[in-house]
Amino acid sequence: MFEKALQGNKSYWIWIFVLLAITGAGFLAYLRQFTYGLGVTGMSRDVSWGFYIGQFTFLVGIAASGVMLVLPYYLHNYKKFGRLVILGEFLAISAVIMCILFIFVDLGQPRRVMNVMLHPTPNSVMFWDMVVLVGYLILNVVIGWTVLGAERKGTPPQGWVKPLIYLSIAWAPSIHTVTAFLYAGLPGRHFWLSAIMAARFLASAFASGPALLIILALIIRRVTRFDPGKEAIQTLGKIVTYFMLTNVFFLGLEFFTAFYSGIPGHIHTFEYLYAGIEGHDKLVPLMRISSVLAVVAVFLLIFPKIRANETMLALASVAVFISLWIDKGFGLVVGGFIPNMFEKVVEYWPTGLELLISLGVWAIGLLVLTALYKIAISVKEEVEL
Amino acid sequence: MSMNRRQFLKIAGLTTIAGVGGPVIVAGMKERLLEASELVDVPERSGALTAQRWGMVVDMSRFRTEADRQKVIDACHHIHNVPDFGNPKDEIKWIWPETYEHAFPGREDEYMPHALKEMPFLVLCNHCANPPCVRVCPTKATFKRKDGIVMMDMHRCIGCRFCMAACPFGARSFNWRDPRGKDAQGRPFIRKENPEYPTRTIGVVEKCTFCTERLAKGLQPACAEASDGGLVFGDLEDENSDIRNKLRNHFTIRRKTELGTSPSVYYVIGGAEHV
Repeated sequence: MFEKALQGNKSYWIWIFVLLAITGAGFLAYLRQFTYGLGVTGMSRDVSWGFYIGQFTFLVGIAASGVMLVLPYYLHNYKKFGRLVILGEFLAISAVIMCILFIFVDLGQPRRVMNVMLHPTPNSVMFWDMVVLVGYLILNVVIGWTVLGAERKGTPPQGWVKPLIYLSIAWAPSIHTVTAFLYAGLPGRHFWLSAIMAARFLASAFASGPALLIILALIIRRVTRFDPGKEAIQTLGKIVTYFMLTNVFFLGLEFFTAFYSGIPGHIHTFEYLYAGIEGHDKLVPLMRISSVLAVVAVFLLIFPKIRANETMLALASVAVFISLWIDKGFGLVVGGFIPNMFEKVVEYWPTGLELLISLGVWAIGLLVLTALYKIAISVKEEVEL
Repeated sequence: MSMNRRQFLKIAGLTTIAGVGGPVIVAGMKERLLEASELVDVPERSGALTAQRWGMVVDMSRFRTEADRQKVIDACHHIHNVPDFGNPKDEIKWIWPETYEHAFPGREDEYMPHALKEMPFLVLCNHCANPPCVRVCPTKATFKRKDGIVMMDMHRCIGCRFCMAACPFGARSFNWRDPRGKDAQGRPFIRKENPEYPTRTIGVVEKCTFCTERLAKGLQPACAEASDGGLVFGDLEDENSDIRNKLRNHFTIRRKTELGTSPSVYYVIGGAEHV
């Protein structure tokens, strides 16, 4: 089926070459980082994880959200998702690849990355994160490819895929739970040391992932002859609505515990993120944008009449996606380090090179996604038309 | 709700499994995960200083002036080839001063003596009995020895910096750039290299090691040696050691004990002779 990714019209190839160019630029930037060291980034002794790990965390959520299509389709036999499921699975593949790349570019000694497997360490959450991410990648590749292949031949998928699909449904929440545990089990990082972290991660994942799928589905309908289905998109809208509300609720819980208890360590990071501490307020504008977008999104989503309008739904989805991208891809990780272990505020801001490398990783993810979607849609067009 | 025998047995069975299994899992987690740090043997060498659990007392009454502190810091940073990049962003440090309110956040009192609040305490790796950095390291590059020292294997470290996120004491530094390099003026970051101790590569984490290389030769840690008795180093498990004697006779505090890491570095606040 691979050949389908190599046949396309002019705009398809322009898009591919744009992505390749960005990937190339990102790669050159990475070479610079490789020789100079991670000092080219904005990270420091005090904020030792930054944009890369933030993107990684956000994208694990996007990957996990594929289950929001797989579960209704396979467990509840919700046929309307039949045309979308493969898009969810392929999005998961592209997201996991980006996750792995973001971890890779964040390593100080990338040549030693195999040490994680050569010296397996079950007491490290990072070891388990690697296990669940690689497992999830394999599951989605095998399932997506097999099911699509069967569809092409007009036969039902092989029997052995079913158990794998059920396994992948249970597996999806695990990848994001384990990722939350990277943060939620560290003594002394009050902002992260919260039992609701994993639940909040899942809620934001199941809002941002389906929001992205809505956007992708609408784009696909425009640029191809394949229609993912109006009703399926509306159902996704409902999923985004419920999980966005849950996410906002969970964030509210964090605020309550911090501010009602009045314990300084629990308050500080929230203060830093949303108001700034003693003039240190680099993240405040971003966090405020995130909050405003969340409010706008909830307003657009909560009324069924507004949501039913696809333009409004698209706007709401963009708002959800950007809001949660800022919240999780930036604020959550950086905020955990501010104030630092000495209760001093040392700020962080990504450098141009850091952003260029990140853009390169996103471009690779989009390349993979484009190729996979091209294959899936070509097969569907072939079968249906 | 009615329930037939079969359903009842199912629920009863599940409950039993949960009831019996729960505690087993909890016990297993405690043993396997939370205290996973398999202790690593200390290489045997004749004439080496040995202990069951190394610890240190920082006696602040002996650090009155900046010179008192600086000679200790210099002794450590020189023999360990700790680079000086001249900026806080890339900074690497093994032992350094922090004022009371920053070394012991949350412990400062409103009306405490100004001199104490501003007193620069020497801080370093606490060689915790229950070190979170060891727990999180995905490659066992940071590990705990049987004598309580938390060590680094710089050849195994992949530079993921999970240990830096996990350490509640900010004791760990990362080589953001090549420590063997030179600045724009051509001055090497390691001013005067000590050939007896390895320099590090780019992209690995480092910190105080309680001078394992010196202990192996029967020497006290460099900082303790240079401190004129301000830093008392010894075996916390040996009742007759100097350090235990110090702990018996002085009121001491440790950093962030509420987190349960159990630091092995104690502080005598000083001031009067026997406070």
